[in-house]
Amino acid sequence: MNVLLFHLMPYADLDLGAAKDYATVWTHLPNRFYDPKKGHALYNRYLDELEYGEQLGFDGLCVNEHHQTAYGMMPSPIVTAAALARRTSKAKIAILGSALPLRTHPLTVAEEHAMIDNVTGGRLISGFVRGIGAEYHTFGVNPTFSHERFHEAHDLIVRAWTEPGPFEFKSKHYHFLYVNVWPRPYQQPHPPIWIPSQGSRETIEFAAHPAHKYTYLQTFSPIKAVARYLQMYRDVAAGFGYESSPGQLGWSVPVYVGESDASAIEEARPHFEIFRNTFVRMPFEMLLPPGYTSRESMKGIAAAKAQLTSYIDVKQAMELGMFVCGSARTVCETLTAYAKQLGFGQLLTMLQFGTLPAELTRRSMERFARDVMPELKRLE
Amino acid sequence: MFEAGTLEVSGCSVTLKRGGAGRPLLYLHGAGGAPAIQPFMEALAREFDVLVPEHPGFGASEEPEWLDNIHDLAYFYLDFMERLDLRDAIVVGSSIGGWVALEIAVRNASRIRALSLVAPAGIHVAGLAKGDVFLWPPEKRVRELYFDQGIAERVLALPPAPQDTVDKNLYTLARLAWEPRFYDPHLSKWLHRIKVPLQIVWGEGDRLLAPGYAAEYKKLIPHARVDIVPQCGHLPQSEKPDAYLRLFREFASAV
Repeated sequence: MNVLLFHLMPYADLDLGAAKDYATVWTHLPNRFYDPKKGHALYNRYLDELEYGEQLGFDGLCVNEHHQTAYGMMPSPIVTAAALARRTSKAKIAILGSALPLRTHPLTVAEEHAMIDNVTGGRLISGFVRGIGAEYHTFGVNPTFSHERFHEAHDLIVRAWTEPGPFEFKSKHYHFLYVNVWPRPYQQPHPPIWIPSQGSRETIEFAAHPAHKYTYLQTFSPIKAVARYLQMYRDVAAGFGYESSPGQLGWSVPVYVGESDASAIEEARPHFEIFRNTFVRMPFEMLLPPGYTSRESMKGIAAAKAQLTSYIDVKQAMELGMFVCGSARTVCETLTAYAKQLGFGQLLTMLQFGTLPAELTRRSMERFARDVMPELKRLE
Repeated sequence: MFEAGTLEVSGCSVTLKRGGAGRPLLYLHGAGGAPAIQPFMEALAREFDVLVPEHPGFGASEEPEWLDNIHDLAYFYLDFMERLDLRDAIVVGSSIGGWVALEIAVRNASRIRALSLVAPAGIHVAGLAKGDVFLWPPEKRVRELYFDQGIAERVLALPPAPQDTVDKNLYTLARLAWEPRFYDPHLSKWLHRIKVPLQIVWGEGDRLLAPGYAAEYKKLIPHARVDIVPQCGHLPQSEKPDAYLRLFREFASAV
């Protein structure tokens, strides 16, 4: 199994009173609550943590894209990936992902990702996402065109990476006379493409399609949902007439390793609960603008609306399998059991979350790398 | 008084309620759709041949593949009027329905006698607020429509519309009006092409589209008659039907 280190780069110095007043840290929370001096320290701390991840032996370093939020300070994961490109030499750099429909000119994604792939000599994993619902409020892009724009931009980028240019590209939303990307990607035919998702049949059918066979990542979900969607991928692949490999399935989950189960839970508790109940939280209308998800899926999600907005404490999160926390032994047993049961070959551990401070993050990363990771890597 | 049916135009089947006799009056509904005949429609049907379609993508009308923007809807209604051979029609439009009416009229007003528009969307002026309806939770979406919260209470106490219909209407609204939000940046350039008599009615307490837009329309279309309804929200025809009908009759009797 591959074990990767995922970072959201939250604005951990958040004024929690302000977060409460505005009911969400997305879109509405005024940026006067962002202090650039604190931001400077956090960016460099987080980049250090990612670089440390390579030293500790993680297979990959993962970054992602969110806009106008304290949840994550990476409106451009390209910048983070570029900063890591020259400071690392072995680990994969995974952009999970670039939000394609938000780009007016998606060729810029093809260009920027190809640059990082060239600089790193082929260490890039290229993730494509649609961005979460809030992004459509902040960027103004029409969410009812989100799926169309995603698929058209995907087709454009893959063709730009694989077909000799210049060629003409015309789709409903994008119209280019000359597609002729310099640089071409270092990896041939193109960097691996991963598709992070909160889970939907449409996304899985796209990722599992025989022409794609993209790695599907289930992010921050109760373990039951992870199991359901990973099984759905295998079933969809079987429907297409092939058996998917574990490498095509991934799970992204926050993890904390302490000295003992009890001390781990006590140390992680406040920081995880802020992550889950402050950073993640947003109104339903912000999370799911019209057309962002199919109306069929929308019904299911609306039914689970209460659960989406309820307070989840650390114990409940552990029971739901949304957080793996404990001594090295407990974490190792838990993750091994999940891996065997769910069959994923890519594990993305988020070892910093919410307000978890630098010292606790480092100690947890070290314990994880020393006492948990080697065993996980030996799994098929 | 009204008969309900469906009509296929431009490859899209839409519902159409039609009642009364006289000069045709085409009502173009706003974001909430037109699921039922309202008292002001009944009143109008005593003087006019009133047609109340549900726009493509709303209510029980089909969702055509071709519906990408407000212009598509305007062309659809040009086909619609041609198909029913409406002549000398009065077009009444509310909110995005008023916007559609303006988009129709700048293109081809040959079947239109006059326009009576209630708080039409369609233009943007810096500093004039528009409510972010897509971020309002369902209850607020109802409350913000009305000046009189007693009416809002009564609406909220009614059995809710089927969730499917609510989702469908909101989806089509987003498709037409998400970005740019409730306007077409090119429309104001051509509003001077509207030569037919035009009435703009606005609730003084409109919290979706600031009543200041009425004066902006007057600047762009100087022959427009502007009527402000005091103590009224975004839907004068529903919230203050008597006041709206009185203003409408004053306008319509002169055209």
